[in-house]
Amino acid sequence: MSAVRFDNVWKEYGDHIVLERITLDVVSRAFIVLVGPSGCGKTTFLRMLLGEEAPTRGQILIDGVPLKPEPDADRGVVFQRYSVFPHLTVLQNVVLGRELQLAKFVSRLFGAARRAAVDEAMALLAEVGLAGHEAKYPASLSGGMQQRLALAQAVMRGPKILLLDEPFGALDPGIRADIHVLMKRLWNETDLTVVMVTHDLSEAFRLATRVIAFERNRDRPEERERYGATISRDLEVFPRRAAEVRNLSTKRSGRDDPAEKGA
Amino acid sequence: MRLMNIKPNRQARFYLAALPFILLAIAYLVGSGMRLAENPNDKLLPALPTMAQAVKHMAFEIDPRTGTDLMLSDTIASLGRLISALAISTSAALLFGIVIGLLPGANAMLSSFVGVMSMVPPLALLPILFIVMGLGENSKIALIVIGTLPCMIRDLSMKVLELPREQLIKAQTLGASTWQVALRVVLPQIAPRLIDALRLQIGPAWLFVIAAEAIASDSGLGYRIFLVRRYLAMDVIIPYVFWITLLAFLMDAALNLLQRKMFPWFASVRAG
Repeated sequence: MSAVRFDNVWKEYGDHIVLERITLDVVSRAFIVLVGPSGCGKTTFLRMLLGEEAPTRGQILIDGVPLKPEPDADRGVVFQRYSVFPHLTVLQNVVLGRELQLAKFVSRLFGAARRAAVDEAMALLAEVGLAGHEAKYPASLSGGMQQRLALAQAVMRGPKILLLDEPFGALDPGIRADIHVLMKRLWNETDLTVVMVTHDLSEAFRLATRVIAFERNRDRPEERERYGATISRDLEVFPRRAAEVRNLSTKRSGRDDPAEKGA
Repeated sequence: MRLMNIKPNRQARFYLAALPFILLAIAYLVGSGMRLAENPNDKLLPALPTMAQAVKHMAFEIDPRTGTDLMLSDTIASLGRLISALAISTSAALLFGIVIGLLPGANAMLSSFVGVMSMVPPLALLPILFIVMGLGENSKIALIVIGTLPCMIRDLSMKVLELPREQLIKAQTLGASTWQVALRVVLPQIAPRLIDALRLQIGPAWLFVIAAEAIASDSGLGYRIFLVRRYLAMDVIIPYVFWITLLAFLMDAALNLLQRKMFPWFASVRAG
């Protein structure tokens, strides 16, 4: 639940300009999808928003506050691969966020606190369609299930912004359609602002409130190094979508109603 | 069918695996028989009954001079040195491996130092250790630690660096501090790889313990081998070598089993 502002951001690696003149306002609760050809800086954009890399020029503001130059719990993330921890079971993967939050030193919960975290995690797992798989390790889950788990894990910690880096790119079309339904529901039921990167235009228009295309204006070989990609299209999706207005009082995410069945 | 496509079945694999051992045993028996036929007092390749007699004497009879079971006390002495040294190496390697792998500052400070240290031939340091620490247990344990630790640190810090960057980022987005990343993400994933590193160091560790015992010691398997060498007592040396090999093999197998039991998730991670 946060507004994001990119204020004339440039990203350069040495002499190589990747992104230039990126100015963008994202309203709170938006679902932004970034599209564009390979190598146009979509992932770089996401990594800057994540705090993994700093902009060379300009600044990124979240709710008017400059972004800290490292990842933190305000921004959750799901990558295409390696988003879940292979040494933890499905349940442990989801509970982990709460353990890291509440037990700063031992990073484990005991007794009532643990039971509360486990109950919460089980509800979330049921919501993403992973009930009954709690004791499995991620390696024995299918690709789609792993990404559902990654979503549950990210949402458990209650981030303000959720960043998705081609999260469904490796999935079969049928499974992808299922997970789109889940993604929309999560976005509606939580207070997330979502920023997603994808190659898939139909996916972009199916999910987004706003689609942003990155493109290099000058792409001749001798110009490629010195001119970065910019925002070439900024499209509102019609009919207009908006997240439901939520009662924001509950602790994690405002998910105060029982989960709907069927993702 | 091409040779590269012929896969032996289970039974055939068992016999194929046994074959080199059987061939070695036959070669020994034939050689030993030929030499003994020529000269019944030959000591170089003793017959099996002679070795059995020596083993009985060393392992199942109390030595009248020292009042102990020689093979047992030798084994205890050597294993004690080996295990205490490997315990030191393993815990230090775990600590330094995680610190160097996870903290770029520590990496900048220590990785080239460890790289250079791992190139120092440990046996060349042995005289220094004997001079500084005396001829007791400390210098022998120090030799094994010096011989195994730098390699283990390099191995483990590389394994930490090989963890997918996404996982470390993900943990931070779940609010983890550096300490929590080390404790909940890096340590549990490095533990099974630590067992791999340890298995690789068992061979060198035995080398160093035997070398140290051969040069200055009054107990241990290496000490015994080099002592009886003076009498050309192959009937003792060969069973001792066999015993050391068996001990090393059992340690390796036990670590392998431990890894599979304690880290059931690791096999699929390594395969994928």
